[in-house]
Amino acid sequence: MDAILALENGRWWRGRSIGAAGETGGEVVFNTSMTGYQEVLTDPSYAGQVVSMTCPEIGNYGVTGEDEESRGTQVAGFIVRSLSPVASNWRAEGPLSDYLVRRGIVAIADLDTRALTRLLRSAGVMRGMIATGRPDPEELVARACALPGMAGADLVRQVTCAEPFDYTPPEDTGEFVVVPGRTAARPLRVAAYDYGMKWNILRRLSAHGCQVRVYPATTPAADLLATHPDGVFLSNGPGDPAALDYAIANARELVASNLPVFGICLGHQILGLAMGARTFKLKFGHRGANHPVKDLRTGQVEITSQNHGFAVDPDSLPHDVEVTHLNLYDGTVEGLRHASRPVFCVQYHPEAAPGPHDADYLFARFLEEMEKRAEAQ
Amino acid sequence: MPKRSDIRKVLVIGSGPIVIGQACEFDYSGTQACKALRDEGLEVVLVNSNPATIMTDPELSDRTYIEPLTVEALDPIIAREKPDALLPTVGGQTALNLAIALAEQGILERHGVQLIGASVTAIKVAEDRLKFKEAMRSIGVEVPDSSYARSIEQALEAAERLGFPLIIRPSFTLGGIGGGIAYNIEEFREIAGRGLGLSPVHEVLVEESVIGWKEFELEVMRDGADNFVVICSIENIDPMGVHTGDSITVAPALTLTDREYQRMRDAARRIIRRVGVETGGSNIQFAINPDDGRMVAIEMNPRVSRSSALASKATGFPIAKIAAKLALGYRLDEIPNDITRLTPASFEPTIDYVVVKVPRWAFEKFPQADRTLTTQMKSVGEAMAIGRTFKEAFLKAFRSLELGSQSHILGQPAEAEDDTALQQALGIPTDRRMWAVFRALDRGWPIDEIHRLTKIDRWFLTQFQQLVELGRSAAVVGARDLSADLLRELKRDGFADTDVARLVGFDEDTVRARRREAGLVPAYKRIDTCAAEFESFTPYLYGTYEAECEADPTARNKVVILGSGPNRIGQGIEFDYCCCHAAFALRDEGYETVMINCNPETVSTDYDTVDRLYFEPLTFEDVIAVIDREKSAGGDVACLVQFGGQTPLKLALRLQSAGVRILGTSPDSIDLAEDRERFTKLLWDLGIPQAPAGTATSAEEAREVAATLGFPVVVRPSYVLGGRAMAIVYDTASLDRYVRFAVQASPEHPILIDKFLEDATEVDVDALADAAGNVVIGGIMEHIEQAGIHSGDSSCVVPPFKLGQKHVDTIRDYARRIAQALDVVGLMNAQFAVKDDVVYVLEVNPRASRTVPYLSKATGVPLAKLAARLMVGRTLPELGLAGELSVPGFFVKTPVFPFVRFPGVDTLLGPEMKSTGEVMGGADSFGSAFAKAYMSAGQELPQGGTAFISVNNLDKPGVLPIARDLAALGFTLIATRGTAAYLRAHGIEAEIIFKVNEGRPHVGDELLNRRLALVINTPLGRESFFDDRVVRSVAMMQGVPCITTLTGASAAVAAIAALRTEGLSVKSLQEYQAEAAGARG
Ligand SMILES: Nc1ncnc2c1ncn2[C@@H]1O[C@H](COP(=O)(O)OP(=O)(O)O)[C@@H](O)[C@H]1O
Ligand SMILES: Nc1ncnc2c1ncn2[C@@H]1O[C@H](COP(=O)(O)OP(=O)(O)O)[C@@H](O)[C@H]1O
Ligand SMILES: [Mg+2]
Ligand SMILES: [Mg+2]
Repeated sequence: MDAILALENGRWWRGRSIGAAGETGGEVVFNTSMTGYQEVLTDPSYAGQVVSMTCPEIGNYGVTGEDEESRGTQVAGFIVRSLSPVASNWRAEGPLSDYLVRRGIVAIADLDTRALTRLLRSAGVMRGMIATGRPDPEELVARACALPGMAGADLVRQVTCAEPFDYTPPEDTGEFVVVPGRTAARPLRVAAYDYGMKWNILRRLSAHGCQVRVYPATTPAADLLATHPDGVFLSNGPGDPAALDYAIANARELVASNLPVFGICLGHQILGLAMGARTFKLKFGHRGANHPVKDLRTGQVEITSQNHGFAVDPDSLPHDVEVTHLNLYDGTVEGLRHASRPVFCVQYHPEAAPGPHDADYLFARFLEEMEKRAEAQ
Repeated sequence: MPKRSDIRKVLVIGSGPIVIGQACEFDYSGTQACKALRDEGLEVVLVNSNPATIMTDPELSDRTYIEPLTVEALDPIIAREKPDALLPTVGGQTALNLAIALAEQGILERHGVQLIGASVTAIKVAEDRLKFKEAMRSIGVEVPDSSYARSIEQALEAAERLGFPLIIRPSFTLGGIGGGIAYNIEEFREIAGRGLGLSPVHEVLVEESVIGWKEFELEVMRDGADNFVVICSIENIDPMGVHTGDSITVAPALTLTDREYQRMRDAARRIIRRVGVETGGSNIQFAINPDDGRMVAIEMNPRVSRSSALASKATGFPIAKIAAKLALGYRLDEIPNDITRLTPASFEPTIDYVVVKVPRWAFEKFPQADRTLTTQMKSVGEAMAIGRTFKEAFLKAFRSLELGSQSHILGQPAEAEDDTALQQALGIPTDRRMWAVFRALDRGWPIDEIHRLTKIDRWFLTQFQQLVELGRSAAVVGARDLSADLLRELKRDGFADTDVARLVGFDEDTVRARRREAGLVPAYKRIDTCAAEFESFTPYLYGTYEAECEADPTARNKVVILGSGPNRIGQGIEFDYCCCHAAFALRDEGYETVMINCNPETVSTDYDTVDRLYFEPLTFEDVIAVIDREKSAGGDVACLVQFGGQTPLKLALRLQSAGVRILGTSPDSIDLAEDRERFTKLLWDLGIPQAPAGTATSAEEAREVAATLGFPVVVRPSYVLGGRAMAIVYDTASLDRYVRFAVQASPEHPILIDKFLEDATEVDVDALADAAGNVVIGGIMEHIEQAGIHSGDSSCVVPPFKLGQKHVDTIRDYARRIAQALDVVGLMNAQFAVKDDVVYVLEVNPRASRTVPYLSKATGVPLAKLAARLMVGRTLPELGLAGELSVPGFFVKTPVFPFVRFPGVDTLLGPEMKSTGEVMGGADSFGSAFAKAYMSAGQELPQGGTAFISVNNLDKPGVLPIARDLAALGFTLIATRGTAAYLRAHGIEAEIIFKVNEGRPHVGDELLNRRLALVINTPLGRESFFDDRVVRSVAMMQGVPCITTLTGASAAVAAIAALRTEGLSVKSLQEYQAEAAGARG
């Protein structure tokens, strides 16, 4: 079956439908990772977004339950140049196309995805629609224009968990254990805000010896603090941080509480806002697994996994917040820490999945903060 | 970390002659390194014995030594140059080994030279298999189990423990020579035995086999601050058991999940740290069990490699250049990415296309060689192709191979091969296996069956199956009903116009016409290291059938230079050298330069060599498409076809008739020189003698021609390079055999028959000519071996050392007149044979030749550059060239051969070229120059000991002076009965020894017992053929110099004498040229 991708700027491409029949819309973005399409499809940070993979051959190794990053697929739509008809891997449970159909993901293949990337790079991300069959392109463009934008949208409520729960790690897939830099001397209790948390964050926290209790995004900070955790974690998630006033308010309380606080991605942006900074929307965001980030304290460069469309404005930082990490591609802020409080966060994804494990040390840093405080008391 | 301030002068070691396993990828990396070091304001001293390299161009380094890559030669060079540091990581295994030797002999320390890029310990941990395995275990990285053996007994114990199949690796042989796979005890005894013999330390590693596992390579880099990046992942389509150099490979790796890939990346990081490569690039190989994902590390190369060249071309990330800068102390994040300019080199390239590399073998030249692909590399070159999908890249790669009808992998003629034969062809990997895979798919064999036999990943097999099915549906539809949609699908999957034509029964032009009607022309995309995330500033392009084209050509006047495609015997690095020089010169002349080539090893495909690089196959379809695209911007577009060897020449006439302006010598003149009939007529008119000759289109005709000429005759198919399928035949029987089997003579493909000029001296000439009819002789190169041994396979010397002045003058005169008669504009190469005081023309090639780089180095005059300028209208006087070019001393060119890799192949030379590369030796006397060339070619010239002599009756008189000189030099002579008798009869003492078939101990035994230091053995003719063939191959395997011609022998004796008297002195090209300039006043 045919399918069409149409963008708000009037450009459209005809391709082949490789997922569920029907139509879908959202902010069209591109991801440059060469592996890990399943992790991308199931990353809640992609809620509301139509993801185009720049790597042309997708689906080669199929899909497996072990590589899911959340309860289900999260992207609004999926775009690839060439879809594999088969799944070739000893862990594969089936080919990608069946999975897309089963999960109701509208997806398109066989179009010039590089042309699309170049357009988004120069014009910036934009709204777009994918529709299967033979829809009228012009009319699809019109519908793309009618879609709500990302800015100001609260997508977190759609993806956060309904109830608090204690995370129990799965039987580790022995093949791929990533040995943590260090593990906690005694089990540390971490309270985690779920703004759309990737499961590998939970896997990494527990691998480092943390017992994690996960809370819905709207839970008042007081409820978390009442449980006297050793530290609090703010997860990644979709959309515009500035729209999440409740989360920002909670984060303010956490910062004030003097508890060790660690944030990733959206969690980092929320902490930034809570500490008095502003955020802004990037032209076409950072989505991939090859971005160089410099740790300003050690001078080390780490290759990072990235997925964000907004960033913290360095000029808006109050004097007591320091920038700890910089993106060497465009100089944007990749990490912050509070001058006097045990609060730090990074814009990128130390939990990887997909991507390199270079930044795994940040979980160990979180341990140190929590252990330091434990000793202090 | 800023640049180190303690290093001002760096010594760079190249990789020497082109051999199997070390080809021009090291010219690419070495050239990049030299440039990078120069850019940093360092003084560069370069040593490389290979004159046919860009890196040895005098302007690339401050001091360029074309000298043997041996400790004896490096010692004096280091002594006089006193470099601060030695960079050993851009010259392959050769440079690493040499660096270790220099360190161990205390030479580096004595002169205060520090190794940069890789330390001795790091090199040893990586190169010594046992140390490596221990290191891996110490960091928890799995490796195949193994143990060392110093005797057959120990080897058998190991085999007992590990179980078959087994991998055998002799210690310290270059590129794993002598290694192999044993499936049973017999094979094991043979390979282990040979291995123990070949290993200089009589040691082999017996290793657990992981044959059939998926093989991967990671190209990684690390800087002094321990920053680490993976530049490229490469997946071998041929699983473990076939050397990566012989495997069809693809980048990026296509069948790894993120978890598998990141696990490999983590391991690579731990490995490079543990091995201790502080800065630079490394290649790390892994194997993964397809059934349970178990991963083992195979090896790591702590240097740039063939794969890193491939990775650089595949990603646009210049590994060697960056490695050089890291060695100076820079950090990755301090070096900008040339292509995006704004971003740093501390990142991991991501690619939005697929790259496929296919090796090219030369088995047609070694019929007796075993075509099975195993753990030691056998291919001589490779082609790379880029497409938006695997299928497109794969088919482009296969058409880049230029195997003629042999390359068609789709719709192969249904061979009369039964299923068992086909199963065999799939089960045992050879150079033709991939064709067998497609035949099996044609027969509808299930993927699982093919996977069971080949262990090729099902993902790839599925892709192949889709190609086969698409091809079939095209064939079914047929010519008339071929729809635009189907044609589009075919083109997007990489089918060439010729493929479509063959499948649907059109001719190529009709397909092309149909395609253009349907608006189907390739778009060109950029290779930008970042999948378009950032803007790219380098027009490094590949063609694909997509919507958007990024070529944006300029309106400037430009020249499109056609490269020479994959390296092969007879067409190698020399032609790439010429293409690069054309590009440099034309850029200086103000033209925009555009290169088309598909050989990833080359300098010509480095994005800074030309203004615009198209990485495309060199077929008419692909070339004309690029030219059309470049024309579309309005500028004048001309095409240069004479520098890339036969590959572009084959396209000349077609391009011209398609309206492309060809620079320089007209395609018609080129054709005239290639076409025997026309050329003979020309020589006749000029009154220039040629060996009596004729052409035949059938066996009968051949007989008649031979009868009139008289045996022996030289036979060959028309249009050949490197003497392909050429032979000397002595009687009607062998003539018939040749005409019937070797080359089916036919009206379309006549065979050429020449009178064989016996014992003639062969001479090579390269000349420059301009449009005004001026001609300058670049040099007259006298061959050491007599005519009958291919010009590419015989040593030669400039200036002539024996040839009489009157012949030299005649040759000059002939060359000049032929050049004028052919209206040559640019380069011309001619070969002459001097016999009985008559000078004959053997052949004339109005194009760049194999000897141009060597001659340019010897004369200090960049012939190819000048030729390119002549081709765009300059005249010789304008360029300041009038009289002869002179040479400051003697310069000998000597070929190197791949025989060690092909046990059982006869090493005897003939008119069919067999050498893979060449070296140059320069000195003030012929003897010393020859000695150096000989050493550079990897041969030890004995200073004494026992010399074995066995020559045929014709050669007996000629061998006397040689024997006398040897005796005078203190050699003990030992000879076969006839030769010994003859020597004694002439008062030369010689011990008698048995021939191999006469009894024992025979000459073979004595060779094995290392009692013979030198072998002089001219072919004894058919009766004892077997005998001397054994002698030659044993000598070769033992590394004992084995000389098969008298002329070669006397040169060798002169060389030994020279070494005695003059010793070994070294001199840089810059010094030679200063002297020459001085001499000119
Ligand atoms: N244990 C093994 N089992 C099966 N094949 C092997 C094994 N080790 C090496 N090989 C094959 O031999 C090739 C050459 O081995 P390698 O260690 O890379 O030596 P080289 O230095 O010649 O590259 C590899 O590319 C691989 O295909
Ligand atoms: N008539 C001949 N007599 C003796 N040797 C010949 C004759 N013709 C060719 N040869 C030998 O064969 C070699 C290859 O022939 P050539 O015409 O140069 O083929 P190619 O075009 O492959 O170089 C020459 O270098 C020469 O040594
Ligand atoms: Mg290897
Ligand atoms: Mg020749």
